[in-house]
Amino acid sequence: MNYPASLQYSRDHEWLSQEGDIAVIGITDFAQHELGDVVFINLPEVGDQVTAGEAFGDVESVKAVSDLLSPVTGIVAEINEELLDSPELLNDDPYANWIIKVEQVTDTEELMSAAAYADLCETEA
Amino acid sequence: MKLIFEKSMPGHRSDLLPALDVPAFDLPASMKRAEKPALPELSETEVSRHYTELVQQVHGVNCGFYPLGSCTMKYNPRIDEETAALEGFTHVHPLADERDTAGCRKVLETAKELLCEITGMDDMTFEPAAGAHGEFTGVLLIKQYHKSRGDEARRKIIVPDSAHGTNPATAAMCGFDVVNIASGPDGLVDLDALKAALGPDVAGLMLTNPNTVGLFDSNILEITRLVHEAGGLCYYDGANLNAVMGVVRPGDMGFDCVHLNLHKTFATPHGGGGPGAGAVGCKAFLADFLPRSVTMDGEGRLQVRSFAGNFLVVVKALTYILTLGREGIPEAAENAVLNANYLMEKIKGTFEPAFDRVCMHEFVLTLDKYKKETGVSALDVAKSLIDYGMHPPTMYFPLIVHEALMLEPTETESKATLDEAAEIFRKLYKQGFEDPETMRTAPHHAVIGRPDEVRAARNPILRWKKEE
Repeated sequence: MNYPASLQYSRDHEWLSQEGDIAVIGITDFAQHELGDVVFINLPEVGDQVTAGEAFGDVESVKAVSDLLSPVTGIVAEINEELLDSPELLNDDPYANWIIKVEQVTDTEELMSAAAYADLCETEA
Repeated sequence: MKLIFEKSMPGHRSDLLPALDVPAFDLPASMKRAEKPALPELSETEVSRHYTELVQQVHGVNCGFYPLGSCTMKYNPRIDEETAALEGFTHVHPLADERDTAGCRKVLETAKELLCEITGMDDMTFEPAAGAHGEFTGVLLIKQYHKSRGDEARRKIIVPDSAHGTNPATAAMCGFDVVNIASGPDGLVDLDALKAALGPDVAGLMLTNPNTVGLFDSNILEITRLVHEAGGLCYYDGANLNAVMGVVRPGDMGFDCVHLNLHKTFATPHGGGGPGAGAVGCKAFLADFLPRSVTMDGEGRLQVRSFAGNFLVVVKALTYILTLGREGIPEAAENAVLNANYLMEKIKGTFEPAFDRVCMHEFVLTLDKYKKETGVSALDVAKSLIDYGMHPPTMYFPLIVHEALMLEPTETESKATLDEAAEIFRKLYKQGFEDPETMRTAPHHAVIGRPDEVRAARNPILRWKKEE
């Protein structure tokens, strides 16, 4: 499993990177591996409110449908529209293929370093 | 194999239509089609061979063991089909005069009486076409009840995380907000989580008991009491009634309404693509909100489906209940539970149950540890079972169990079949350590190997199109 040290991680298997005032959010390598082949993704719309700890969309794999849980509270600034047509990109490279970008962030969940997240995955795996 | 359209040969014909026994009617020119429809052209022999070939591609209860958890794939006696094929039932017209349909109404009334007795309900409708439609109708009863009392603040329906996916979908379709509550480590409803979710904004709770992991929620009386105390109603999803029918009644557990999958629990092969019947029963105080039907009329009643619903499914259910009788119905449930426990005990020591306690009609194995040790997943084991002529169990469900395989042997399997199945599971368990590659590429002897499920989900081709 690959967990880049430059990112922060949530307990719900999302990663977050800070680009100025914007929070960029995606799912981790562990998450894409557990999900298996992703076949559909539902995304919010630009301008929607997202809340830390609550679902902002969902991904469907051959196995199951899973909620995407936001690690931050804020407003959706951008969505990765490419994923709507090619959700398999999440399997190919979950870090290069971010899911949403959030602005006006007012709250952020407690996040982990790559090392701490790797430990969490070790116990869950 | 080829599709029936691909087998078409210009000029091949079947004279299957009976002679016209009513006056011919000539349609107005504006309603006639200008071109012939693109129907396949085949002789009767070719059609017969086509469908026989299709039958040979699939696995049914008539072919072998079918322990597909959560689906109750039991064998349905032929007599249920025979009564449903009686001309008095099949040739009746839904608009026929009342005096000509007395027998059909008697069937509906008797079935209602017996199913109300089995569920502990006071009234019932047979209109809904299947389970999800029944759920929808049942939750609308709850909605209408609150509305009739001017209590419009109840916007939420509580659904445990072990529920069938249709439960939250139903609540959402009825306009409610879905509140998911987590199960406890024992797989049952977490009472503290339930208490925290209850309040003046809760319309009701949807619950399956025994639940989706095959466990009977022993706190059920406390659960329904808490919901009622908070002003909500309790909805019973009858998906798993096969485990308790004739033994314990949803009405006595404190439920206010219930749906039954007649096409699952009470004869009619399940999973055959329909038709089904999602009968909805309720306590007397909800009866005024039931849809209008043959046995229920009156001001303000609306229908959820045309005419009497899928009437012949009710004929099969009634035949099933009458042939099994007051002794046979609970015996079927007891044997379903006994068979599941027997099979679970026989497999134990290899693949491990997710919850190590007495189960009801089904049980869940978790292959989490096994997958880490061997690299063989629940999917690989499921696919390997096909080579032994067995239908795989349900996979990756319920979601709360990792690498889940869910087995429901049903009451219609013999000890010999269960012994044989357990032996196959034990053999595959060992094979995972010795020769995982064969399992990862299974099945090897089936008509269809591993279909490309990802491509099928991403780019489904659902319609045949004529090549230009």
